[in-house]
Amino acid sequence: MNTSAFEPWNDPEAKPLIHFQNVTKRYGEFTAIDNLTIDIYEREFYALLGPSGCGKTTLMRMLAGFETPTEGTIHLAGQDIAPVPPNKRAVNMMFQSYALFPHLSVWENIAFGLKREKMPKHDIGDRVEEMLRLTRLEKFARRKPHQISGGQRQRVALARSLAKHPKLLLLDEPLGALDKKLRQETQFELMDIQEKTGTTFVIVTHDQEEAMTVASRVAVMDHGKIIQVATPDRIYETPNSVYVADFIGDVNLIEGTAKPNGSDVYAMSWHEGHAPLAVQSPNGFSDGQKCHLAIRPEKVSISADKPETADNAVQGKILDIAYLGNISTYHVELPTGAVIKAQAANTRRIARRAFTWEDTVWLSWTATAGVLLAE
Amino acid sequence: MRRYFLIAIPYVWLLALFLVPFAIVLKISLSDAAIARPPYFPQFDWAEGIAAFLAELDFENFVWLTEDDLYWKAYLSSLKIAVISTFFTLLAGYPIAYGMARAPAEWRPTLMMLVILPFWTSFLIRVYAWMGILSNEGFLNQFLMWTGVISEPLTILNTNSAVYIGIVYTYLPFMILPIYSALERLDGSLIEAAEDLGCSRLSAFWLVTVPLSKNGIIAGSFLVFIPVLGEFVIPSLLGGSDTLMIGKVLWEEFFSNRDWPVASAVAVVLLLLLVVPIVLFQRNQQKQQEAEQ
Repeated sequence: MNTSAFEPWNDPEAKPLIHFQNVTKRYGEFTAIDNLTIDIYEREFYALLGPSGCGKTTLMRMLAGFETPTEGTIHLAGQDIAPVPPNKRAVNMMFQSYALFPHLSVWENIAFGLKREKMPKHDIGDRVEEMLRLTRLEKFARRKPHQISGGQRQRVALARSLAKHPKLLLLDEPLGALDKKLRQETQFELMDIQEKTGTTFVIVTHDQEEAMTVASRVAVMDHGKIIQVATPDRIYETPNSVYVADFIGDVNLIEGTAKPNGSDVYAMSWHEGHAPLAVQSPNGFSDGQKCHLAIRPEKVSISADKPETADNAVQGKILDIAYLGNISTYHVELPTGAVIKAQAANTRRIARRAFTWEDTVWLSWTATAGVLLAE
Repeated sequence: MRRYFLIAIPYVWLLALFLVPFAIVLKISLSDAAIARPPYFPQFDWAEGIAAFLAELDFENFVWLTEDDLYWKAYLSSLKIAVISTFFTLLAGYPIAYGMARAPAEWRPTLMMLVILPFWTSFLIRVYAWMGILSNEGFLNQFLMWTGVISEPLTILNTNSAVYIGIVYTYLPFMILPIYSALERLDGSLIEAAEDLGCSRLSAFWLVTVPLSKNGIIAGSFLVFIPVLGEFVIPSLLGGSDTLMIGKVLWEEFFSNRDWPVASAVAVVLLLLLVVPIVLFQRNQQKQQEAEQ
């Protein structure tokens, strides 16, 4: 293992910057956060990912101080922050709407938090200039928020929230209002700035691609609970539940029953008259237990003839082809009626594509390509 | 063609209901008082022609306004009363508008209704009602004496205090509504952002809420200030003999003195004085519209 990798969560010695201990938040009958315990480490870029209403925004607002937990405690750098009002916390937030003050210029917006600290005037000037440079906004310092573009406004909001050197920066759907291309560029900018300033970032998003790109760890939430916290690759490759597998990216789910066949190796029977599927999976299953095989479309290969060496191969008919330019997704109907998606890079021009609708093809994948999930 | 017709309607309206009457008043202000019917001279006579008619007009009445100190004192006193009562209306109106804007959304139409409700009864009746409240034997004094706060009745009616109370009461809705509409549009996340950046509740109010409701404050202040400057009913019903307001002077010149030319001159000067705040008000409205675009 590479020892220089940034993985404080694997280090039992590391002290978390933020520690949620059995936190519950209720609004009347509705439970927004349900007995949640998580740790966030210093310098992390932590993404809270989930559908709307899953509690991710509530979690963030509790960190900012706009909501207080009904039960449980939140520690920031070892201190219980429940009694600390938002204006006294070393936490700053970048709002989804940016919440720039329309009556103040870009410069004054960035200086707003510094002036509240009673910082000496020339220090404020220096700090604002520094933030303007960091976010490449020098030319727009004198403009009002309504005189600049959406992308620039996003950067002003970021500069303003970073100006006070917060221990923790909260970003609420920071890129939601930008168009796709700008969003992708800004994701890298955000990572860059996070690295340069060394601030801990917690980002709330419903865009899984965004979470995967920027975050060091992703927490997938649903109904006020954390379903899985892991690095983006582990979330994608080894989801711990059908919910996570389905929420992140595209996935094929095949239902069946497990039969242990050596250590970590299972033969999953999925349909009568078809050979059981060979799966290697770390999750333990007992004989005859119901399970789902989750396999990503890009890990399923498609060929005209039956591959000789593949661990698993099934035959089917192409039902649909989604052409995405760089890749194509083939929807292949198996004789059982199930539809499996397989992705292939378009290495040749579309006119020379090997397969077309109604073709009979073979789908194959290795034993390690998918994971077995209970629920 | 149709476009011109549509544009023409408001202009014809303005011409018929403002410019023509104003021209008549201006003409009277340049005439001399006369014991006649109507009580001024010259009257336009077709036989003598327009040149002879114009030759009779002069600025005598305007000169008179500068000579008798009653008039400029009345203008100044009106200005003072208008400024002070606008200030008090703002002081009373802002918290009400703020409370309305912060109230749950389902309550707001009701609260708005309550603000407008007084307009359902005649303004005159409401001012008379204040006479009943403020007089020496009125409800207010009876109540205060019953609670034992005072032993002698307070003299409020027929003083400037009564005028201020009447004005603040009457014009409060004009202050509340524009401020409310400014505060209602205020994005709540701006206040949260201010707190997040280190403001206390109070400083967030002064640094964010007040500047962002500035246009509402300005609009409301003008909507109160402009009509109060020429206010006549409230000072004459609630004010005393020492309450000097130009609207009252105007009334007396017209109806007690029957000096229409001087009264018209007073009215013309009042109008000219009002042009300044009206222009400022218009500019504020325009700026607000531009900011919203």
